[in-house]
Amino acid sequence: MTLSVQDLRVYYRTLRGEVKALDGVSFDVADGEILGLAGESGCGKTTLGKALIRMDGRMKHVSGRVELDGENLPIGDTVKMNPFRFTEVSIIPQYSMSAMNPTRKIGRMVRELLDSRGVTVDLAELHRRLDLVELSRDVLTKYPLELSGGMKQRMVMVISTLLNPSLLIADEITSALDVSTQKAVVTTLKGFRELGFVKSMIFITHDISLTNQLADTIMVMYAGKLAEKAPADSIVNRAKHPYTQLLISSLPEVGVRYADKKLTGIPGNPPSLLNPPVGCRFQDRCPLAFDKCREEPPAVEVEKDHFVACWKA
Amino acid sequence: MLKLQEVSKVFRVGAFGGKTMTAVDEVSFEVARGEVVSLIGESGSGKSTIGKMVLRLMSAQAGTITFDGDDITKLDKRAYYRKVQGVFQDPFSSYNPIFKADRVFSMIKEVYFPKEDDRVWRDKVASALNDVRLDAGAVTNKFPHQLSGGQLQRLLIARALLLDIDFLVADEITSMLDASTRIDVLNLLADLKLRGLGVLFITHDLALGNYISERTVVLHQGRIVEYGPTEKVFETPEHAYTRKLLASVPQLHRKWEGV
Ligand SMILES: Nc1ncnc2c1ncn2[C@@H]1O[C@H](COP(=O)(O)OP(=O)(O)OP(=O)(O)O)[C@@H](O)[C@H]1O
Ligand SMILES: Nc1ncnc2c1ncn2[C@@H]1O[C@H](COP(=O)(O)OP(=O)(O)O)[C@@H](O)[C@H]1O
Ligand code: SF4
Ligand SMILES: [Mg+2]
Ligand SMILES: [Mg+2]
Repeated sequence: MTLSVQDLRVYYRTLRGEVKALDGVSFDVADGEILGLAGESGCGKTTLGKALIRMDGRMKHVSGRVELDGENLPIGDTVKMNPFRFTEVSIIPQYSMSAMNPTRKIGRMVRELLDSRGVTVDLAELHRRLDLVELSRDVLTKYPLELSGGMKQRMVMVISTLLNPSLLIADEITSALDVSTQKAVVTTLKGFRELGFVKSMIFITHDISLTNQLADTIMVMYAGKLAEKAPADSIVNRAKHPYTQLLISSLPEVGVRYADKKLTGIPGNPPSLLNPPVGCRFQDRCPLAFDKCREEPPAVEVEKDHFVACWKA
Repeated sequence: MLKLQEVSKVFRVGAFGGKTMTAVDEVSFEVARGEVVSLIGESGSGKSTIGKMVLRLMSAQAGTITFDGDDITKLDKRAYYRKVQGVFQDPFSSYNPIFKADRVFSMIKEVYFPKEDDRVWRDKVASALNDVRLDAGAVTNKFPHQLSGGQLQRLLIARALLLDIDFLVADEITSMLDASTRIDVLNLLADLKLRGLGVLFITHDLALGNYISERTVVLHQGRIVEYGPTEKVFETPEHAYTRKLLASVPQLHRKWEGV
């Protein structure tokens, strides 16, 4: 599996104009790669995930191409996407845990979901996968309300990978979980790749420390654009984009205390995506901004596999 | 200032309420003025239940909770809420989407300060917004969905400050926030603590608790398994459960073992 995204633009139609949520993003995901997607709330992470699988009615594919194994993925056309969805590309949506239908038993929900794709449940395989994530088989006879957050999340993971998609998009699947459950979920996801249930993954989260536990590569977005993309280790230890650097320095690492070392956030807020500023979108908050930043910085490969969109990098 | 003595809470569960489940089991600890105490545990360990009892959103089956020496269940509710307030995990759920977000302020005025002059009140709101480092122009007259999670969370803290509270229950208030906003909110709590606010800081993330709290209570299945100065709990955890929680915190420069 290889995914190639070229200059993708996806806007939301609103009464006040177009929200430029994804505004010219290019990147590749290699076979077997786990790409961590990080960035502040509202920077376009979910929009990117949804664009690759199912656009909602207000989303508009403005331009750009997505290729899966060299073949064009018809992302702008919900009907033409049908043969790809869940078999080639699958998603665990943000808030999917809380979005489970409370009036359906889990087993019935799985059956209905697969029916709608024209697939019958392979019960033996379903049981095998429940065993693997350490869910007892009788979860199928339970209502979502009867499951803890971690159990629900594992159930959603089993369902969305049941048809062995090549690419899995996991959107903020750990944000509502406590630290030990987060660890269990991340371990399970890695296991899924080892077992071949999925080939590659886009793991979306705003938590860089967590991304680094599983991602091979980390991509940082800012206000609808790519800021930096590099092997996880380079992002964590040798970030070159001022935004990535500030984001990392605002993390309360284990052992850091307010009384000894006061950490600071990034002053200001991201720009509105209705009328984003011309040039670098980080310029209002960037301590290094200079005249040139009124022009848009292209994403440049400054070292092998290390892309940065900043005039100072 | 706040003291819990052998507080327990038992829920009736099962189809006919036939079974019981002890969510909080003889919990005792104290929070002093100007102190942040972290209440740490996995989901379901009873943290929010304790928070809700302190906020009198539910009652305890056994034990007592006192505030400045008085049993809280005997205090006038309105007077109590002028001193003690809570902020919760999901800022969106605290707002009604059909009203402007800053309506939370006028509601406070109607209930607690009906006679206050409008101009004086506006100044008070402005100063509370300033305390939480919110730009009034950016947040007033906006609907909740037009604001970020961090802005909504800070509005709720500002609302609590308007009451001139002495004590704040902060239940997982940063878990939905991104890193840069999260540190702003933590620093804000630490600053308020220096001004005398007592805080019960509920979290599952030991690193956050360690960043701002003086003392730490570790809760497991409703019981306290470890309680002491934060440094001590943190550097030399005595209980295996505490060590497990510590090992699960995702750290930037250290990979989880066995993943
Ligand atoms: N249905 C919609 N109509 C209009 N604008 C939208 C809609 N959905 C999202 N947006 C806007 O698009 C931008 C990107 O949103 P998106 O949900 O992709 O962010 P995100 O990075 O996933 O954030 P979070 O970390 O909060 O999940 C934001 O400015 C958001 O306000
Ligand atoms: N209203 C309720 N009825 C029955 N059980 C409850 C209720 N509220 C909480 N519980 C149970 O009490 C335990 C502790 O819950 P909670 O205090 O919310 O934990 P935490 O905040 O630490 O995640 C859990 O097992 C939960 O399912
Ligand atoms: S291009 Fe300019 S404003 Fe943008 S991040 Fe680089 S230095 Fe800062
Ligand atoms: Mg999102
Ligand atoms: Mg809770």
